[in-house]
Amino acid sequence: MNEQPKMGMNRTGVQMSPIDTNQMLDASTMMPVTPGDESAIADLRSSYIVEADQVGSVPPPGTVKGVLSTGVSMLTGNNPNLLLDKLGERLAFERTGTRLYEALITKVQSLERTGTMTVSVEKLMQIRDEEARHFALIAEAIRSLGGDPTAQTPCADLVGVESMGLMQALTDPRTTVSQSLHAIMVAEMTDNNGWEMLIALAQEQNHDQLVHSFNTALSHEREHLQQVQSWLEQAMLGAPIIH
Amino acid sequence: MSLNLFSAKGTPVEKQRFTWRDLVGKPISKLDDDAFTRVRIILMNGIEQECQRFQHMAARKNRGLRIPLAQVRRVEQHQATMINWLIGPDHSPLEVTIGYEQTAIEVTAAVAQREPDPYIAQAYRFGMLEDFDHLYRYSALMDRMEGKDANNILQCYTDILPGRPTIVEHRAPEDDVREPYNKDAAAPITKLHALTIVAAEMQVNQYYLNIGPQFADPMARQLYAEIASIEEQHVTHYESLLDPQESWLEQWLLHEATEVYNYYSCVQQESNARIKAIWERFLDYELGQFHFVCELFKQYENRDPMEIFPGDLPEPIQFASQREFVRQTLLQEVDMRANGTRFVGRDEESPATLEYRNHMNSAGSPSEIVAAGYIWTPGSELTRREALAA
Repeated sequence: MNEQPKMGMNRTGVQMSPIDTNQMLDASTMMPVTPGDESAIADLRSSYIVEADQVGSVPPPGTVKGVLSTGVSMLTGNNPNLLLDKLGERLAFERTGTRLYEALITKVQSLERTGTMTVSVEKLMQIRDEEARHFALIAEAIRSLGGDPTAQTPCADLVGVESMGLMQALTDPRTTVSQSLHAIMVAEMTDNNGWEMLIALAQEQNHDQLVHSFNTALSHEREHLQQVQSWLEQAMLGAPIIH
Repeated sequence: MSLNLFSAKGTPVEKQRFTWRDLVGKPISKLDDDAFTRVRIILMNGIEQECQRFQHMAARKNRGLRIPLAQVRRVEQHQATMINWLIGPDHSPLEVTIGYEQTAIEVTAAVAQREPDPYIAQAYRFGMLEDFDHLYRYSALMDRMEGKDANNILQCYTDILPGRPTIVEHRAPEDDVREPYNKDAAAPITKLHALTIVAAEMQVNQYYLNIGPQFADPMARQLYAEIASIEEQHVTHYESLLDPQESWLEQWLLHEATEVYNYYSCVQQESNARIKAIWERFLDYELGQFHFVCELFKQYENRDPMEIFPGDLPEPIQFASQREFVRQTLLQEVDMRANGTRFVGRDEESPATLEYRNHMNSAGSPSEIVAAGYIWTPGSELTRREALAA
């Protein structure tokens, strides 16, 4: 997998134009600047933060079973809204993760024809399928609590915002496999932590059945992260780092 | 080398065809391509969109021209697509914004120096100093919000300095309307310049209106709201330079000639061979469209198009850093203001403008807040601060 960055005519830095740079720096005091610093921006942001509404809400349960289980859960001091919100977040992330792996598989398959690829398409497909199964697992968990797995909860919305850059990096035809693996690693690291948090929350709210199935998913996710790290190290260093 | 509009026929309109694959080719490299390649892409996208908008307006008022307008407009749509899609997806909306302001500054400054009508040249210098300030404010936003250096986009061609402060650019609508050129007396280049610059400014106005709400940061949302408003003023300012006595067909012909002139300028100066081939193809397309409209002009107005373009096209627009001209204008004209159609001193503004501005700025000025104490430093203002702290 020869994906070393080429040396070329990158024009972004000031070393490409030393004379012009000096001219720009010499002129830096040519015009008066409004006194102050970034604290003015912080004040403006703060005025909006204190007045802001939340991104949105968690939908109320749509089934009788859901109403009952939510009511019971609230009476016992739990926060079912938080659990449904975080379940929605994981669902959204696993669904997007499936699509991210599909984009990576296409990239690896396309480049495999032209060179030596150390990333296994078969293994990538296996991970992709596990991400899709995790999506289905979470959807079922939400249904078991009387929730609606098709609703977009606030945390689900926000992981969508967070993942936009990952999707852009992976679907850009110009990015290499190792650059794409870096984006996938960001996703997997976040995902591992997300499952750990979700398991802790389910445990706290005594959803033992969910805890059991989520632990299985977490063990898959740990394997995914290790695999992606290993591919990335191999791409960058020629071999995985021995930990 | 100059070009005569009537010496080459270009590609006939019916042969101007695309596939979806054509429209979506390889983008430019944000890192490796010359900043002026991006400037040309931004400018030509703006010009294509101006033509498309104009042709829609013309269709609303001219039933007999609807079919030929639709035929040419379809090609303009696809030309705009092919050009705008050349911007790489790694450009953030704010990086594209920096490119738009660089285009506005460098192209307007180049045009201002070639413009033979002194009043209209003054109008270009006036607007250019305001866009110059926008670049500084957006550069501060980019550094302070995204943690990026605007000079990565500008490539040292354009200064990052305050211009006429955006806070004082807000004027009453009646103080943004200028005197038009006279269609019978103005040089052809005056007409081509005016359409070129109004196209560029309209594009910026529309872009900011669309992209502003995409930002989460209220600082960015406010700054885009403020500068989009100035761009609306600029469209008013530049649009009013056009002679309203020109007929619809005469204006259509001028739009096509403006496209020819600008593609011709791009062909002459493009450094990226792949992009140059697109400019060459589209120069031929525009010549074809120009001749198509010439026939309509003869048919409907019984006039000879050579009356409007008696000689060769003027020298191409210079796509190069206009640093010295911009600095000189800055020193001489930063305090200039507008009152009605006149350019006046800073103490001669109208009561209507002062009242409007005071009200708009009464709950804070985004452009002042974003750039408080901001001095551009290579690699971010953090570089300078860290160096001082060390």
